[in-house]
Amino acid sequence: MSLSSLRHASGRILLALTAALFVSACATTQDVATRSNGINDPYESTNRSIHAFNKGLDKNLVRPVAMGYGAVVPVEIRNTINNFSDNLSTPGYAVNSLLQGDLKSAGISLVRFVMNTTIGIGGLVDAAGELNIPARETDFGETLAVWGSGEGAYIELPVFGPSTQRDTVGLVVDFFTNPLTLSTIDDEPERYVPPTALAASVLNDREKFSRQIDSILYESEDSYAQSRQIYLQNRRFELGNDSASEVDPYEDIYAE
Amino acid sequence: MQSKLNRRGVLAGFAALTVSTGFPAYALDEAGARKLVDTVVAEINKVIEAGKSESATIRDFEKIFSRYADVPTMARYALGADGRSASAGELRAFTDAFQGYLARKYGKQFRDFIGGRIEFESVREIKAGYEIRSTAFLRGQDPVSVSFLVSDRSGSDRLFNIFVEGVNLLLTERTEIGAMLDNRRGDIGQLTKDLRSAG
Repeated sequence: MSLSSLRHASGRILLALTAALFVSACATTQDVATRSNGINDPYESTNRSIHAFNKGLDKNLVRPVAMGYGAVVPVEIRNTINNFSDNLSTPGYAVNSLLQGDLKSAGISLVRFVMNTTIGIGGLVDAAGELNIPARETDFGETLAVWGSGEGAYIELPVFGPSTQRDTVGLVVDFFTNPLTLSTIDDEPERYVPPTALAASVLNDREKFSRQIDSILYESEDSYAQSRQIYLQNRRFELGNDSASEVDPYEDIYAE
Repeated sequence: MQSKLNRRGVLAGFAALTVSTGFPAYALDEAGARKLVDTVVAEINKVIEAGKSESATIRDFEKIFSRYADVPTMARYALGADGRSASAGELRAFTDAFQGYLARKYGKQFRDFIGGRIEFESVREIKAGYEIRSTAFLRGQDPVSVSFLVSDRSGSDRLFNIFVEGVNLLLTERTEIGAMLDNRRGDIGQLTKDLRSAG
């Protein structure tokens, strides 16, 4: 990729980002009108079509391949590939922690990356994890939240699944600022190793949590509403929202 | 003027009554809430370790659930606003079906907990009672945050909600039961019937 085309590409990305941020800013101002039960989903009908597509993709491709991968490849090897892929994401965690002003987590991610890359044999072993230094996973969506950007509307993305406007912007930024994803544009074969490892680790997770995922996608009478509910609760929890006292069945009953 | 005072007196009486039933003599405290959660976790561990068949495990789990959880309140919350028009009999039948449905749905996932352990983290007071925060360590997985919510508003100390990584059972089931009701045009009888084989 030449320098000029790279500059051209980053210009386009910036434009897309500005547009997306603008959209999410607009969305947060209309939150009150469209919000019910803490869910802001003005694009529900589009989202539902994309959900149907994602479900088909899972049923016909991702799930069978993941189950085959789980059956054929021993769990030790699958976990090793997951470790390798996780290690490649760790510099991104460090950068985002830094952007959030969380120096401690940034330091931990840096230490983890150095340890796992060296004594963890290029990231194949989670050496830091063995020594009780757990990962501090984060992303640009969280950085935006820390910076005060509103959650925006709920969006189900093709292939990627449940998201929000804020997290979609985060996903785009994480994708284009990750040197490992940009480097895949180059022609050298080893450039395909990181994304392949990432795909394999996604398959491994699909297999590992198959009981839970199947229950949401295939045993619920409204898998769209279930995945939306579960995604938003989990994401808000990750971002430090405390919701334990929001659901009070006793208040609910006696207030009516 | 006279009648106004009387009404006020009656209201005060009602308030006193609510307070006295809301906070019985053995009011729930931190230690009591923790003890309840410890007991439930120990009982569940016993069922998992016994390693019986799936259907026997689910039956054992349902027993624990009916003994330690405030099932009527949970069922009533899951029904949401639609429960307001239900008769007492309909509510009772729904509660019974709901209990079995939850036992099957979550009991099936117990195999994932084999060899795991739960460590107590902290306890804090919430409006309805106490929240006990813990971490579950499952084999081959990252630690999972699990919160147990306990209340004595039903008259005895009972579990009424569980949060796993921020996802809470009550809200998730209200969404599911709501969807099932919509699909049956709000027919609680039909919902109850179908719920007996769901999960």
